[in-house]
Amino acid sequence: MSWLKAFVRLVSSSARDLVFIVVVIAFFQLVVLRQPFPNLGGVLLGLLFSLLGLALFVRGLDLGLFPLGESMAEAFALKGSLGWLLTFAFALGFGTTAAEPALIVIAQEASNVAAQAGAIGDSDSSRTTYALGLRFTVALAVGVAIVVGVWRILTGWPIHLMIASGYMIIVVLTIFAPQEIIGIAYDAGGITTSTITVPLVTALGVGLASSIEGRNPVSDGFGLIAFASLTPIIFVMVYGMLI
Amino acid sequence: MLSLTDMLQVVAQTFRDVLPIAAILIAFQVGVLRRQPANPKQILIGFAYVLVGLSLFLVGLEQAIFPLGKTMAAQLTAPSFLATGSDEVSAVAGSGAYVWLYAFSFAVGFSTTMAEPSLIAVALKARELTAGAIGDLGLRIAVALGVAIGITLGVYRIIAGIPLQYFILTGYVVVIVQTFFAPKQIVPLAYDSGGVTTSTITVPLVAGLGLGLAESIPDRNPLIDGFGLIAFASLFPMITVMGYAQASEWRAAHDRSNRSLETTDLASHQEDPP
Repeated sequence: MSWLKAFVRLVSSSARDLVFIVVVIAFFQLVVLRQPFPNLGGVLLGLLFSLLGLALFVRGLDLGLFPLGESMAEAFALKGSLGWLLTFAFALGFGTTAAEPALIVIAQEASNVAAQAGAIGDSDSSRTTYALGLRFTVALAVGVAIVVGVWRILTGWPIHLMIASGYMIIVVLTIFAPQEIIGIAYDAGGITTSTITVPLVTALGVGLASSIEGRNPVSDGFGLIAFASLTPIIFVMVYGMLI
Repeated sequence: MLSLTDMLQVVAQTFRDVLPIAAILIAFQVGVLRRQPANPKQILIGFAYVLVGLSLFLVGLEQAIFPLGKTMAAQLTAPSFLATGSDEVSAVAGSGAYVWLYAFSFAVGFSTTMAEPSLIAVALKARELTAGAIGDLGLRIAVALGVAIGITLGVYRIIAGIPLQYFILTGYVVVIVQTFFAPKQIVPLAYDSGGVTTSTITVPLVAGLGLGLAESIPDRNPLIDGFGLIAFASLFPMITVMGYAQASEWRAAHDRSNRSLETTDLASHQEDPP
């Protein structure tokens, strides 16, 4: 019966994760807006789904994504081929970001708003081109970011100096970039990393830092995602200046 | 309502999201590394769990909770709700009309971040690596508070119409200054927590909030003012996580100097005295 106990524990910790959303939604719906719940049964069913889903997701991380990311990092470290490691880092960053659903939504939203404001032509084709350009700019930026982050783990360069230099570049670019792109660019940093990419990239960084002598998994293994949220800001501002 | 076609659509979308990742992993595993990972069967099962789990999670949220959240964001930013007592929507950020909106922003930021699957993943990893010295719950609360403060401040900015870069660039200065004082170990983790906060759940809700608000308030341009909330949400967790680490370190030092044996602070065991 140990699996049942483990399952109950998993579900109850997911319940703890979701309780805040329930409280917030219920409070604002009933107290502030004073409206009854539309379709209460559907809402409860949806909550049950989310609960089970989160529990399964967390279990799956431990079984699949974390061990895989770490074993691949270890295999790359053993193989000792810098070129392939960096190629892999780039492919992972670029490939996962280009398909990121949140980014697709925001890029479309941005192209609509840009068309309305007259920054680009108001036709379907120019909107699609703009959204696509935005997505690939961000994907390229994340690919470069993971490469830079992996390079940092290998060389042990201090992360705060690298991030601070990134901030400097952002400051300078902000002065020259068109005002309309700044909001989108700053936002692009936050939406790049999907729910599956984050655990995988984290496991990659930690695995790499554990397999290389003289690196500490905590102080060197983390930090890849930090680069992935910095470079898109720079790249999108440049995109806005070129277009 | 949860209809079968809607569910299948979300499941299909999750698969499409995972497909490029799987393709890249397999290509490198087979083509470059030519080495089977230990326990491939377990990894496959884990992958299946992640896929099914994420699909269920998103179906549940998107079909049942999100529509409510989005309607609320729309209602709370609608001119009819904001213009209580007067005919026009006020552009004075301190105006009482916005109290509920600020409360909503804070609450949505906090609650969605606590449920964010990628943050849970990173927090679990951090706890495992530090043998519990960085607690997963403490880290998540620190990040969630950061997102909540960030989004609230971002909403204030939209209403007040202050340029985004003033806030963000000031935030960068704070981050850099904090970096010098924070325990070295936490710095990369703190930097990472900026990026992990905003993915599946938070982005659609928060983006709707910002754009809706910029459209409701007179003289706000959706393109210039509507974006930026996510930027706030990825900046402030860095500040709060470093603050959390500094606070627990300071508290541990304080406890030691008081020689109090009954209160042991788990969050700072890694920083043992020399």
